Amino acid sequence: MQVTIPQPLLSYTDQVDRVQAEGATLDELLHDLDRRYPGIRFRMINEQDEMRPHIIFFVGGVRTRNLDESLSGTSEVVILHALSGG
Amino acid sequence: METAGVRLAPGLALIVSTRKGIFFLQPRSGRTGWQLSDPVFLGHIVNHAVLDPRDGRTLLAATRTGHLGPTVFRSRDAGGTWHEAVRPPAFDKAGPGEKPRVLSHTFWLSPGHVDEPDTWFAGSSPQALWTSADAGASWQSVRGFNDHPDYELRTEDPQAGTPDGPVLHSIQVDPRNAAHMYFGLSGGGVYESTDHGENWAPLNHGMASPNADPSTEGMETAYGDLAWKETGPQHDPHCVQIHPQYPDVLYQQNHCGIYRLVRPGTTWERIGRNMPRDVGDIGFVMGVHPRDPDTCWVIPMDGTSVWPRTSPGGKPAVYRTRDAGSGWERQDRGLPERGWYTVKRQCLSLDREDPVGVYFGTTSGEVWGSPDEGETWHCLAAHLPEIYAVEAGVAG
Repeated sequence: MQVTIPQPLLSYTDQVDRVQAEGATLDELLHDLDRRYPGIRFRMINEQDEMRPHIIFFVGGVRTRNLDESLSGTSEVVILHALSGG
Repeated sequence: METAGVRLAPGLALIVSTRKGIFFLQPRSGRTGWQLSDPVFLGHIVNHAVLDPRDGRTLLAATRTGHLGPTVFRSRDAGGTWHEAVRPPAFDKAGPGEKPRVLSHTFWLSPGHVDEPDTWFAGSSPQALWTSADAGASWQSVRGFNDHPDYELRTEDPQAGTPDGPVLHSIQVDPRNAAHMYFGLSGGGVYESTDHGENWAPLNHGMASPNADPSTEGMETAYGDLAWKETGPQHDPHCVQIHPQYPDVLYQQNHCGIYRLVRPGTTWERIGRNMPRDVGDIGFVMGVHPRDPDTCWVIPMDGTSVWPRTSPGGKPAVYRTRDAGSGWERQDRGLPERGWYTVKRQCLSLDREDPVGVYFGTTSGEVWGSPDEGETWHCLAAHLPEIYAVEAGVAG
């Protein structure tokens, strides 16, 4: 499955913004992503398995805050960062 | 993942951590002609970066960004290349009935004892202590404090702490004994361990409390006594320093004044009472002379009304005592006549040369240095992002 990586995390993927990862759920996919790019998950998901507030996930074009979101029938996960800061 | 950095040249260096990355300052010769490096980790919030005095080449940096979670980066080649910690500080996932804790940021980094060359300690917000036995590659919780049954009693309500969150800071290892340590809690006081962090006891006797009401003014707390938590007074050490050559001597800049403690005594003496009354003894930083146990430096700030934390009267100055706090001298030669910056708790550092060089960084992005123990000051760099920490070290 294709995963779109936001700019602040491109250092983990050698600047590649579309990478491959697998999983039946968003949580499984993020763990697989972390196996491929160590450390990337904790920058997005805290130790209580909660999404960090300024990271946004889209599964099949629909925003979700549910790590158990099923990825069946989906071909793409998009990760974005909020347009915030200063 | 490897991140390119800037390799320090051998010799004296200032490691400047800012809200937007790390900068290095190194003198061209002696302690003149300071050269500013390009930024490392530009855009990252760097709370603390420290060069290991034990090898002169290991650098650790506690970072986060506006969007991403906190982590630690480390370099083993004096800043040339950096790798992220394999296991950065993080709390355990809460079990049933447990209160979940989420690391906001790693705030403080301290190299361990010289006999434990790869050991480091880190302090965080929420207040917790972490240790690494592999030079910062992986971090473990110091459970003797973090999971102690009195953890919440000791650390207070995170929502009641300082605006950026209460922090565990000033991790100090006794150079005579690796098992003997101190740290400060910005919401909780000074703690001591004599068994390598297995057990911790408060060490707050004699310290005034920021939240004492008039009925408890002057109230002092017994060593090892937590009962004060239920009676109201709380403690807010801002910076605690152990003397490197005379480790029985401790200095502390507290929310409520400047203190000195000589062990095995357990009562802090408020040596800030001898500061000029119109300046006061409120501040963030504490710098201890590397050889003289009676000399230290502070940078007073305005702790009146809503606590501007700028220089009293808008007149920046460093103050030095050379007699253990009996008297203080103002050192402002070369500093601006008017200025409204703050010097945060990790922003004063000293080199070990003779005479000692004293350095500080400001929220307005300036680094100031004195090659003569504070007698004269020179601006070494300006126009940097808000400075969070300045650490002097010697690169190998």
